[in-house]
Amino acid sequence: MTALLEVTNLVKHFEVGKGTVRAVEGVSFSIEKGETLGLVGESGCGKTTTGRCILQLERPTGGSILFEGRELTTMDQKELRAVRRKMQVIFQDPYSSLNPRMTVGQIIAEPLAVHGIVSGNAVRAARVKDLLSRVGLLPQHARRYPHEMSGGQRQRVGIARALAMEPSLIVCDEPVSALDVSIQAQIINLLEDLQAEFGLTYLFIAHDLAVVRHISDRVAVMYLGKIAEIADRKTIYDNPRHPYTKALLSAVPIPDPELEVQRERIVLGGEVPSPLNPPAGCVFHPRCPIAVERCKHEIPALRELTAGHGAACHLAETMIPTPERAGAFERSEARDRAGASPGARESK
Amino acid sequence: MAATLLDVRHLSTQFTTRGGIVRAVDDVSWDVKEGETVALVGESGCGKSVSALSIMGLVAPPAGKIVAGQILFRGRDLLTLSEEEMRRVRGREIAMIFQEPMTSLNPVLSIGRQLTEGLEIHLGRTPEQARARAAELLSMVGIPDPERRLPQYPHQFSGGMRQRMMIAMALSCEPSLVLADEPTTALDVTIQAQILELMKDLSRRLGVAMLMITHNLGVVARYADRVNVMYAGRIIERGTARELYGNPRHPYTLGLLRSVPRLDEPRRARLAPIEGQPPDLTRLPGGCAFLPRCAFRVDRCVTERPPLSCVERSEAASRTGVSPGARDAGDHVSACWESARVGAKAEAAR
Repeated sequence: MTALLEVTNLVKHFEVGKGTVRAVEGVSFSIEKGETLGLVGESGCGKTTTGRCILQLERPTGGSILFEGRELTTMDQKELRAVRRKMQVIFQDPYSSLNPRMTVGQIIAEPLAVHGIVSGNAVRAARVKDLLSRVGLLPQHARRYPHEMSGGQRQRVGIARALAMEPSLIVCDEPVSALDVSIQAQIINLLEDLQAEFGLTYLFIAHDLAVVRHISDRVAVMYLGKIAEIADRKTIYDNPRHPYTKALLSAVPIPDPELEVQRERIVLGGEVPSPLNPPAGCVFHPRCPIAVERCKHEIPALRELTAGHGAACHLAETMIPTPERAGAFERSEARDRAGASPGARESK
Repeated sequence: MAATLLDVRHLSTQFTTRGGIVRAVDDVSWDVKEGETVALVGESGCGKSVSALSIMGLVAPPAGKIVAGQILFRGRDLLTLSEEEMRRVRGREIAMIFQEPMTSLNPVLSIGRQLTEGLEIHLGRTPEQARARAAELLSMVGIPDPERRLPQYPHQFSGGMRQRMMIAMALSCEPSLVLADEPTTALDVTIQAQILELMKDLSRRLGVAMLMITHNLGVVARYADRVNVMYAGRIIERGTARELYGNPRHPYTLGLLRSVPRLDEPRRARLAPIEGQPPDLTRLPGGCAFLPRCAFRVDRCVTERPPLSCVERSEAASRTGVSPGARDAGDHVSACWESARVGAKAEAAR
């Protein structure tokens, strides 16, 4: 397999009155074609900025972004425009990311016209209809305005607009977090179906760890502009080696009162420090339950513990697996492999 | 069994809009006992926030109006109180914590002033006493160095700290009931855990009853004693957290539980969403409002709205052919004609 996207040592700083916001501080990862990489973390960790840098909506301060083998950071606007066809984005808020004065049909047709992909109104209208049906909407929805649709329907329109370009990569920035619970699952299933149908590659940015586990092949956890841990789905959820990953996982409430009572919960003290003035040494050390003296001075590198599993923690080797979930994963992967249900993925 | 603190009976709250009358809360009854944590769960537009606003007397006229029902707080109907009397209840006996701490705090008043205001007005404390109490309150909710914090303004606080401050404000006059409307939705996961643990700890220590309004089923499982699930302005199922999660008897509750991916379960190859969308509240059908999305529907659901009835009794009745009572005070209630089939399906899925 070849990497569709390769991000190396990405840095993005914002100059503000009070100093420099170090939003992204040396992030590296790659995404294979057809794969979904989940990027998780709390607000201000740099996950959205990372996504925007990849799309070149923000020009990075440093580092390299190779997309289909071509360097994006040095391209001019004209070159970028051509590349952007292949990289699309789905935003969090379906209310503010659709133009309220355009009909759904116009919203989806606009990029087709701008990029000269489909010329002629009749052909474009047919293509819009086709796209609407792919995302589970009806042809008559083309005449509606965004305010006449529900949140879930609007998110479908956003997905249709992204698909119109026949992209190879879609950056999904919190695509379901603004939606109601009963609608979230509809959209997640749709994203998975489209991935299977068109061979799409996703960078899935989210803060909901359960959703990320469901949709991702690999997961990267960010904290204060850096990757704390990265691994395939199974490893990161069954055998997290960074104390921040462990705390995040234990903080997710589970809808089962009996389990919740038994569950041990790591409640982190304090709050995420400001990226204006990140802590010295390991950025996580002021909140870390296992920090030692060394962590205050020495920045831990993202080290590879086993193939494909990296953690930026001096004590990663001493972390033991979380017992409550051990085993759960093996069963699910076995079920996936057996192809028990439609849409089962091949386990990697 | 603790005494009933708040008893909401047949509450109906409507909003007049250009599209017609929105029945935001439609003949809803529930209660909270002293010291208990009760949850109202549901999705946007189900009526959970409007229920809280109705209790606080904050439904904005002329569009919004409470058209029927009683809200008995310690036996006294809040709907019959004058605005002046209601003011003495608000903040003093029933306090509220809002979802968005930034928009519900006053940006131009210091933290200290916002905390002392209620103490002076409701409890008649002197400014010095109130200030000393405000400092105590801040340390109680885990804000270090309260003396330095009191003169600061909300924008100098982080999201988590603002929510701690809201909790301090809500508890300042030692109310017996706190309404918390999505108290942690705007916060990050690790901060969410801190705030929920703090609320649980304080409500236990101070014996405060809590109404927790949320869409997050996970939050409810850990923190609520009893849970009311709302859909389209009505309660469709109620029970202890254990009954509801272990033994759901309404297709909507079952659907909600099955549609979310869970970290404690094996990863499913595919999620099972509830298809369709919630109904338009101006055009509610005559029968069951969940009907268009329901996998368990039968002919009867089209014409007859199922009442909330005791799960065990109505299932016994469906076996024996005797019709159950219209409303039942039983612990686990569900508004579904086919609750037995839902229960069997939930059982089989486990």
